[in-house]
Amino acid sequence: MEVVFNEKRCKGCGLCIEFCPRKIIALGTKMNDAGYHYPFIKQKEKCNGCAICAMMCPDVIIEVKGA
Amino acid sequence: MPKGYSRPQTLIDKPWHFCPGCNHGIIHRLCAEVIDEMGLQNQTIGVGSVGCGVFSYEYFNFDGIGPSHGRAPAVATGVKRVLPDRLVFTYQGDGDLAAIGTTEMVHSAVRGENITIIFVNNTLYGMTGGQMAPTTLMGQVTTTTPGGRSRNQAGYPFRVCEMLATMEGAAYIARGAVYNPAQVVKTKKAIKKAFATQMAGLGFSLVEVLSACPTNWGMNPIQALKFVEENMVPVFPLGEFKVTPIEAGV
Ligand SMILES: Cc1ncc(C[n+]2csc(CCOP(=O)(O)OP(=O)(O)O)c2C)c(N)n1
Repeated sequence: MEVVFNEKRCKGCGLCIEFCPRKIIALGTKMNDAGYHYPFIKQKEKCNGCAICAMMCPDVIIEVKGA
Repeated sequence: MPKGYSRPQTLIDKPWHFCPGCNHGIIHRLCAEVIDEMGLQNQTIGVGSVGCGVFSYEYFNFDGIGPSHGRAPAVATGVKRVLPDRLVFTYQGDGDLAAIGTTEMVHSAVRGENITIIFVNNTLYGMTGGQMAPTTLMGQVTTTTPGGRSRNQAGYPFRVCEMLATMEGAAYIARGAVYNPAQVVKTKKAIKKAFATQMAGLGFSLVEVLSACPTNWGMNPIQALKFVEENMVPVFPLGEFKVTPIEAGV
């Protein structure tokens, strides 16, 4: 199981971070070409692939693969 | 209970012009997911609107029409009458639907036109920079109500669902929101019911979705979702206002 962020299209709104039930998503320090910080999963082993991050993402940049 | 998620087939793979945290993105995605699940992608015709949702035909992977401001339900009426086997829906903001397009919206419901309206209520005119709309809350500050909306100047917020639910031609009327995952799930169900109501030929359907506009509200995306929950929901209560059982198809 893997959560993939399409980093190029992220606008850094933070809704995935706010609604992750396990609070394991954070914004990184790097910026994409549009100038936004994009998220990553801090503790991959704690992710159960619930896809709530993808459900709240307004830009459809999150994919949950092989869950 | 783990489950996967991938981009709906009904969305073209391209970046969106919406501001960070804009709820139009979530609502576009829900429409696309429902159309995927109902297998209607090759049978759908979308009718856009003027406002921040103006590029819907660029994002949905089916044919779309861009009507003039507020006229989407009239255009959808024509399309549906000529092609009655298609899913025909409009995607309109509150400025488009509840201000300049009030006549078209009301009379398509009066006629019981077999179309669906997805109505995105963000309490103001988003695209043009945040002017007051008929749905602006009492006391709410916008660029045209710098002292807050007042009763004397602008009257009261327009509750579209409550009004349409009184009409015989209306078959399914519901109001949802997308301020948390539970509401996203409920709103998706409402959109599915509305589309199913149309495909069963039962008449007019409308789903209003309360939507955050962080840019024009001057809030960050999280604060804006809280504003929807705390300030909009008391004025625009969520739920189904009219339901016609699908079995009762004509
Ligand atoms: C005939 C006409 N009058 C006015 C306008 C200017 N205009 C463009 S978008 C808009 C309002 C859009 O607001 P809304 O429907 O609430 O959509 P939002 O942008 O908030 O999603 C207006 C008044 C126009 N394009 N055409």
